[in-house]
Amino acid sequence: MLNRARSLFCPLLVAVCSTAISMQSSAEEEVERWGLNMTEGVTATSRNIYGLHMDILIWCCVIGVVVFGVMFYSMIMHRKSRGAKADNFHESTTLEIIWTVIPFAILIIMAFPATTTLKEIYDTDEADMDIVITGYQWKWKYEYLGQDVSFFSLLTTPSSEIKNETAKNPNYLLEVDEPLVIPINKKIRFLITANDVIHSWWVPALAVKKDAIPGFMNSSWTRVDVPGIYRGQCAELCGKDHGFMPIVVKAVPQAEYDEWITKRRESAAKLKAMANQTFTFDELYTKGEQVYNTACVACHQPGGVGIPPTFPAIKGSLVATGPIEGHLNMVINGSSKNPAMAAFGEQLSEVDLAAVVTYQRNAFGNNMGDSVQPIDVLKAKQ
Amino acid sequence: MAHGPAKGLTRWLYTTNHKDIGSMYLWFSFAMFLLGGVFALVIRAELFEPGLQIVEPELFNQMTTMHGLIMVFGAVMPAFVGLANWMIPMMIGAPDMALPRMNNWSFWILPFAFAMLTGTLFMDGGAPNFGWTFYAPLSTTYAPPSVTFFIFAVHIMGASSIMGSINIIATIINLRAPGMTYMKMPLFVWTWLITAYLLIAVMPVLAGVVTMMLFDIHFGTSFFDAAGGGDPVLFQHVFWFFGHPEVYIMILPAFGIVSAIIPTFARKPLFGYSSMVYATSSIAFLSFVVWAHHMFTVGMPLAGELAFMYMTMLIAVPTGVKVFNWIATMFRGSMTFETPMLFSVAFVILFSIGGFSGLMLAIAPADFQYHDTYFVVAHFHYVLVPGAIFSITAGVYYWLPKWCGNMYNETMGKTHFWLAFIGLNLTFFPMHFAGLAGMPRRIPDYNMMFADWNMLSSIGAFLFAGAQILFLYNVIATIRSNNKATAEVWENPEGLEWTVPSPAPYHTFSKPPKLS
Amino acid sequence: MDANYKVTVKLTILVVGMFVFAIFILPPLYDVFCDITGLNGKTGKQYKAVSAGIDKSRTVKVQFLATNNETMPWHFKPMMSEIRVHPGEEIEVKFYAKNPTKNDMVGQAVPSVIPFKAAEYFHKTECFCFNNQPLKAGESAELPLRFIVDRDVAKTVNTITLSYTMFDITAAKAVSINN
Repeated sequence: MLNRARSLFCPLLVAVCSTAISMQSSAEEEVERWGLNMTEGVTATSRNIYGLHMDILIWCCVIGVVVFGVMFYSMIMHRKSRGAKADNFHESTTLEIIWTVIPFAILIIMAFPATTTLKEIYDTDEADMDIVITGYQWKWKYEYLGQDVSFFSLLTTPSSEIKNETAKNPNYLLEVDEPLVIPINKKIRFLITANDVIHSWWVPALAVKKDAIPGFMNSSWTRVDVPGIYRGQCAELCGKDHGFMPIVVKAVPQAEYDEWITKRRESAAKLKAMANQTFTFDELYTKGEQVYNTACVACHQPGGVGIPPTFPAIKGSLVATGPIEGHLNMVINGSSKNPAMAAFGEQLSEVDLAAVVTYQRNAFGNNMGDSVQPIDVLKAKQ
Repeated sequence: MAHGPAKGLTRWLYTTNHKDIGSMYLWFSFAMFLLGGVFALVIRAELFEPGLQIVEPELFNQMTTMHGLIMVFGAVMPAFVGLANWMIPMMIGAPDMALPRMNNWSFWILPFAFAMLTGTLFMDGGAPNFGWTFYAPLSTTYAPPSVTFFIFAVHIMGASSIMGSINIIATIINLRAPGMTYMKMPLFVWTWLITAYLLIAVMPVLAGVVTMMLFDIHFGTSFFDAAGGGDPVLFQHVFWFFGHPEVYIMILPAFGIVSAIIPTFARKPLFGYSSMVYATSSIAFLSFVVWAHHMFTVGMPLAGELAFMYMTMLIAVPTGVKVFNWIATMFRGSMTFETPMLFSVAFVILFSIGGFSGLMLAIAPADFQYHDTYFVVAHFHYVLVPGAIFSITAGVYYWLPKWCGNMYNETMGKTHFWLAFIGLNLTFFPMHFAGLAGMPRRIPDYNMMFADWNMLSSIGAFLFAGAQILFLYNVIATIRSNNKATAEVWENPEGLEWTVPSPAPYHTFSKPPKLS
Repeated sequence: MDANYKVTVKLTILVVGMFVFAIFILPPLYDVFCDITGLNGKTGKQYKAVSAGIDKSRTVKVQFLATNNETMPWHFKPMMSEIRVHPGEEIEVKFYAKNPTKNDMVGQAVPSVIPFKAAEYFHKTECFCFNNQPLKAGESAELPLRFIVDRDVAKTVNTITLSYTMFDITAAKAVSINN
């Protein structure tokens, strides 16, 4: 019975899919439940891919209905309990040729549009702007080439939601602190690489998925037609937090993009200038706690207890209670022995580095009583 | 000349009898199937709802890795080898395998390898956690210390498969009864002959890639490390050059089993025997030139990407031919639907559904949206679970009366079938939707938009697991029952195995049979 | 006995032959294959320039990217982020690298070219990536790169992006990367 139901399912599926898509809400905050089909997306490429997907799906459904139809007919009509007598035929060259040629012809029909679309996807030439995307364990770095703007993008879902202590927000596991902002209607070329292991940058609405391979540069491109926020995830197993390094792309009109990038350049310059300022202990500690809970907590855990041996505890650690020079060196340059501890010198500003080192030395019961100013960090980086 | 099986535990340690060794392979594979299934249940329990409830991400990655490794290398492959051992000599009228002592060794190194592999769960740093496809550098520079034991286990399993394949080829080529030409062999023998060649061709490649890993990890080489002039993508090419033929290794024997069962229960000869042989050979040949369809997003030059897309689409043709031939076998037959036939019919339908999703995956630009999502997980579970596993189950119900001399309980068999059928579809069909909606693979937690499908999948998984416990019960109850089976067991089945008594004597065809 | 002996000898010779082929003949064959196809964005060995003339009718934009791998703490950047060149023209650019740590270190730069079809037309006559790069504690250096974009590069290629990833190979000692 279920077998028969399934052969009716495919055409039904097609109808339901189209309805589901047209019912898709554009409101950012709603979670679309029971999603059945691929998104049509917001680029010409994504629509081409959606079309190829629907074409091959419909071919498969049609073939399935026909083939399974014959099979079910036979299973009903040619039962022994119905009195059916077994025939004796057991070969037919004609039939073999027919059911080799027809599938072959269907494949040729599918191959043409697939080839055209693939060629378009591969043509990254004549782009309006370049963005270098680097996959890290477990975050993304975005650099706007020629603009002097670069930043990291980390998951911001609170661990209390992950631990089921508080309710999950609609963008659970799909939200970041710094989205990738791009202008609509411009050809954006992505240059994709990785810092450590293989990652993969995927945004379904753009239909861009490209592996990020350490030591090698890959490229892809997109041209977004519709302003909006588009969310994706890492698509290659990259270690413990593979499921926790999402991608958020914010596509905006050109004017808004120009404003944004100017502001970013200015705030980067301001942050550099702040490196010469002096902060109070409390300012450093408070800021440091924020930085810890974004950049350090995934590995070193709340309370600084870590997950030894790979992720050592900061509470009572020899590094955090030892000389400031050694502590700064570890945070800025990473660990030469344990590849899991990255070099945060290029990931955090001098202010943030000074703050987080101050916090680590004084929180979790470490109580060293000392502090680090941004100027110390700047000197340590030279 | 032995007069029957030896006594005591050492019978099993020293046996060179293909029936004993076949039984050991089958029991071993079933134990591994249950173990791999437990790991899957841990995964599905965690994925029942969004949030991290049961395991931490590190352990979750170990579960997904071990589930894959154990199912592929510990359950499916040894089960097919077990069926080969039991049935090939009887089907060709031979007294035993060509190399009986190597046969014993091929089996006994497996429990050692899997004890070591499973033991990694208790080692410092945990079990392998880099996926059963173990891409570098996650599996080299960033791997836990247990990776070395993993490599050693893979070498041992590979040696077992290679030795087994040599044995199977030598047996089929040299020990067929007089009059049994190649084109008179049962299709199960054909599919295993071809599978054995595939194994010999690609297991050394797997050994090569894990050895390169070993050297990168311990001896300072840079096969997969760009710093030393190497390339992580090289790993993927070499692995999948093994990996793709490997998945055909896991399905060709299934084709053979189903080709034995359907004619029996349709009471009609297999349709298009020579076509089936040629189709199987084409599939085997084509399986060598499609590997990079697992790597469409890695950044291959356009020419390569197109070539692999075309070849992958092409392999659907001979596969389709086989499905049509099975249906033509059923057509205008006189069918009954005992348990082996139920599993075989479900195989044809559900494996075809897996084939359809495979064809969709072959379309390279569309694959950019499917790759590394649950759509792929749905695809390969459809071809492996109602594909490989159902064919093995069908074979067990079909041949169990021959092995142990007793008929199984038909109602219990049908119950097992329906529970398994509903369970697996409930588990894996929703995964198509989760994948299309955007859910990546190998993640322990997900956004609420994937929650509904995941909950259904988890429920289905536990139902399917329950069905397997029933299977175990059925097999044991049959072995211990009094319900004697005849030599023929079924109605006019074809094949030499039905000309010997049930249970089959310890030594069969000590003299070659006369073929009609 | 005799027949078995003959088979054994033949098989032994075959096996030895296979090993000889794999160890001594295949590597040079692979090198030739990779050189001809330019697979992997690898731009091949040091290029001996031939004077084939400069194609002044078109320019190609060459972009330079510099990335650090893993925890590599060096300051590493191109001194010029992009340059327009004529195919056939030999150009020199420099990259800046500094070791800001208190330890002597050794780095290795690995190149990668996009698009793939341009890789075989991008010739490096001198490159700091041919050798590993030792820098003492606090030392900095200006690293040269001389290259030619081949005249025959496809007309559809208007931009070539050359990316270097700098690896820390101090622990692995000096490993030469002469391809």
